[in-house]
Amino acid sequence: MKIDCKHVWDHISSYIDGEISQELRNEIDRHLDHCSICSATIDSTRNIVVLVADERVYEIPSGFSQRLHARLDDVIRHEG
Amino acid sequence: MTEDLTDRTTNGKAKECAQIARILAGERDLFHELIRPHERVVYRMLFSMLNNEAEAEDASQAAIIHAYTNLAKYRGESRFSTWLVTIALNEGRNRLRKAKTMREDSIEALSEESDGDYTPALLTDWREIPSAVLERKEVRAHLEKAIDQLPAIYREVLVLRDVEGLDIEETAQGLSITAASVKVRLHRARRLLQKNLAPVLKGYAPKGKSWLGAWS
Repeated sequence: MKIDCKHVWDHISSYIDGEISQELRNEIDRHLDHCSICSATIDSTRNIVVLVADERVYEIPSGFSQRLHARLDDVIRHEG
Repeated sequence: MTEDLTDRTTNGKAKECAQIARILAGERDLFHELIRPHERVVYRMLFSMLNNEAEAEDASQAAIIHAYTNLAKYRGESRFSTWLVTIALNEGRNRLRKAKTMREDSIEALSEESDGDYTPALLTDWREIPSAVLERKEVRAHLEKAIDQLPAIYREVLVLRDVEGLDIEETAQGLSITAASVKVRLHRARRLLQKNLAPVLKGYAPKGKSWLGAWS
């Protein structure tokens, strides 16, 4: 089986997560050996997934935790 | 590595269940400890939905207080974090509905079958972009904007899986969808991010060994 670029793109996400069969992985790897576009597509997607997971994305506002726990304290104290 | 993760998850869940039992038995203040490891997830989830810092903070407080007052309803079938995500999601959706600012894409209710243009940004090489670039506010803004522009059903999955690191099963439970849907939506979300972000981010690739020095 020889796979084309579109076929590779269909599996980018599961390829990155390691959730494809060894057979398909080998096919994709063989394709990547000679296709610079698909290699760059997979590398950039993987890179972006790593960046998105970084704690600095969606920074928590300063004082968020203190304000939350103060409000929780209020609720807990006024409960009984 | 998988075993470690399984152990940690099992131990974490047992610890949380014990904490919850104590809280319900009257040690109310323990809720502070229970919630602390999860408060960031709640905020980031709600910010990704509401796209407003103050609104996301208020909604986070409301969701967490709701979790506290309804703690007796947590049955332990899912992890506590998953249960909490469901509460946060409902809080976010209610606010969007009330404000009638429901994003068009949510009303449109994109389905798994929907066709879209997921053709990747076609590049011929990719130089690894190190996490250090996130020190730059404009780079964080690019990422947040690209996530914000995803259709809601893809954004929710991406935030839970890739931003918060929940596994496929937890994401599926939190969003009340199947694991197969999680995979399809995540795949599309990642492809859209690559398409929209790769051309912008490639300009931030290090030029040489002393690339960090170039910014100082």
